[in-house]
Amino acid sequence: MQPFRKHTGLVAPLDRANVDTDQIIPKQFLKSIERTGFGEFLFFDWRYRPEGGPEPSFILNQPRYQGASILVTGKNFGCGSSREHAPWALREFGFRVIIAPSFADIFANNCFKNGMLPIVVSDDQVARITGRAQYAEGYTLTVDLETKTITDDAGLSIEFSVSDFQRYCLLEGLDEIGLTLRHESDISAYEARK
Amino acid sequence: MPTLFDKLWNNHIVRQSPGEPALIYIDLHLVHEVTSPQAFAGLRQAGRKVRRPDLTVATVDHNVPTTDRSLPIADLTAATQVNTLRSNCSEFGIQFFDINSREQGIVHVIGPELGLTQPGMTIVCGDSHTSTHGAFGSLAFGIGTSEVEHVLATQCLPQTKPRAMRIECSGNLPEGVTAKDLALAIIGRIGTDGATGHVIEYTGEAVRGLSMSGRMTLCNMSIEAGAKAGMIAPDETTFEYLRGKRFAPAGGAWQEALAEWRGLKSDDDAVFDRTLEIDASKLEPFVTWGTSPGMVVPITSQVPDPTDAKTEIDRQAALRALEYMALEPRMNIQDIEIDRAFIGSCTNARLEDLRAAARVVRGYRINPGVNALVVPGSQEVKRAAEQEGLDRIFSEAGFEWRDAGCSMCLGMNADILQPGQRCASTSNRNFEGRQGRGGRTHLVSPMMAAAAAIAGHFVDVRQWEFR
Repeated sequence: MQPFRKHTGLVAPLDRANVDTDQIIPKQFLKSIERTGFGEFLFFDWRYRPEGGPEPSFILNQPRYQGASILVTGKNFGCGSSREHAPWALREFGFRVIIAPSFADIFANNCFKNGMLPIVVSDDQVARITGRAQYAEGYTLTVDLETKTITDDAGLSIEFSVSDFQRYCLLEGLDEIGLTLRHESDISAYEARK
Repeated sequence: MPTLFDKLWNNHIVRQSPGEPALIYIDLHLVHEVTSPQAFAGLRQAGRKVRRPDLTVATVDHNVPTTDRSLPIADLTAATQVNTLRSNCSEFGIQFFDINSREQGIVHVIGPELGLTQPGMTIVCGDSHTSTHGAFGSLAFGIGTSEVEHVLATQCLPQTKPRAMRIECSGNLPEGVTAKDLALAIIGRIGTDGATGHVIEYTGEAVRGLSMSGRMTLCNMSIEAGAKAGMIAPDETTFEYLRGKRFAPAGGAWQEALAEWRGLKSDDDAVFDRTLEIDASKLEPFVTWGTSPGMVVPITSQVPDPTDAKTEIDRQAALRALEYMALEPRMNIQDIEIDRAFIGSCTNARLEDLRAAARVVRGYRINPGVNALVVPGSQEVKRAAEQEGLDRIFSEAGFEWRDAGCSMCLGMNADILQPGQRCASTSNRNFEGRQGRGGRTHLVSPMMAAAAAIAGHFVDVRQWEFR
């Protein structure tokens, strides 16, 4: 897994609550047996018109947000299905950080496994970042996982929390399966006890 | 002092070290075609084996056709996914219930009916509705594909302990009000993120009174409230269900298992992080009106007016949902007309669900404007229903009687809504486009879906004239 230490990138605001994984990547794209190829279908029903062609009003189709790598959005992002295709699609599209007041558990977990950082901040802070990203063209944030801070060029500084273990795995880009396999003797001992 | 969840958790700790998540042992890993191919590919790439193929069971459910099974799968990408699971299971020595096997079905339906699902177990699957299995007093939760690979390789998962929440359901559900309505009522009350980070234990008279089928429906929908898992302490109902099931313990092992299972309950003085009380005797049949399972009201009420929303976020969400659903504020739920009805899914496609729907349907014809499907949860459910003649009741009424699979719950196969179509569905999610792009889903119980298919609009099944 690619390590995550510090990331600076353009911010795209998706000002909606309860965005579910069916919206992030609709089911017709889940038939692939690969881990790649999902980025072009991200938010498919919102990004493309039913008759084909991009939907110009959708935030990610607006020229000013092209190349965004930080998504700021509403509460309970990633609710619904456990499909890891959702973070795969977001990652391939270019997102490495998602900032929201809350995330669905499975989705947040899936992000960490793919070198992506879901950050929980308060409603007010989400509103502030969303406002700035809507107002200032080219608005960027810097996310520093070592210091657990989000900063911009205009004085914003937010501390966030993340579990020590998940932070460590992201910073080092660790293979979690490899970590668990180091405890082979504990696993065997447990199996023998059962 | 410990809760049922505490007991299950403590029984499965392989390793616990300060500052790290606990390493939890997994007793049963269920696998299906959609979320597993990349996990097997990862194993192969890293040169790893499946640690416990004997604790791993696979089937195909999400993208299989529900029509003529003697034909090859017409959708080539779906066929590739099914073939990939078949070859992965063969390569890694995993028991696989293939498309034409007698045991095939929705993974959350076949686990219990084969007796694979048992009290006290930890169960995972790359599917959010794994919470279903908690109905047996197991700790069961959905995982992503990276975690599927993790479990295949190690039979363990690093996990941070969730918090415990108790939902006490007092009273008894009135006639015509089901476990599905109870689940929808709870989600309507606490919201789709109301239980995020928590494991729910359902308790109370209403829960004790539910059959295993109803308990599975209730636990199944836990994820729609954001919960990590839902569970119900096992009791005589649980044991009666499991007795004699193919993979359930037998003989002396059965007696030993019973002795152990009887201890699987929260202590009287157990402490929960949160508690919610709900009076089941006051509930009505529920119908969702929006694009999230929390957007739900009783059948006798009206579509909410967004101007009444408590917060600006809720107001915006309601406006957007009403536009998508093409509904007007304050219209009667019973005036909403439907084009399709779907009776199926891991939520409501067990034999008891089909019996309840058939009881409503018997002697009626579906409305000429409605197309309706019944998709049994498994081949076993299908055979049992046919033995009772339920298939004839549905077919004579104009329903299509299909083969087992997830079908129109998520529309990965050919069973989808057309844009603008409105469906009374016994499934679990009414998200935008869930059953097909532009499709409009209303979540209801099997009886309510059957009644709506016949009337052509939603009706209060408590007033139904059974024939």
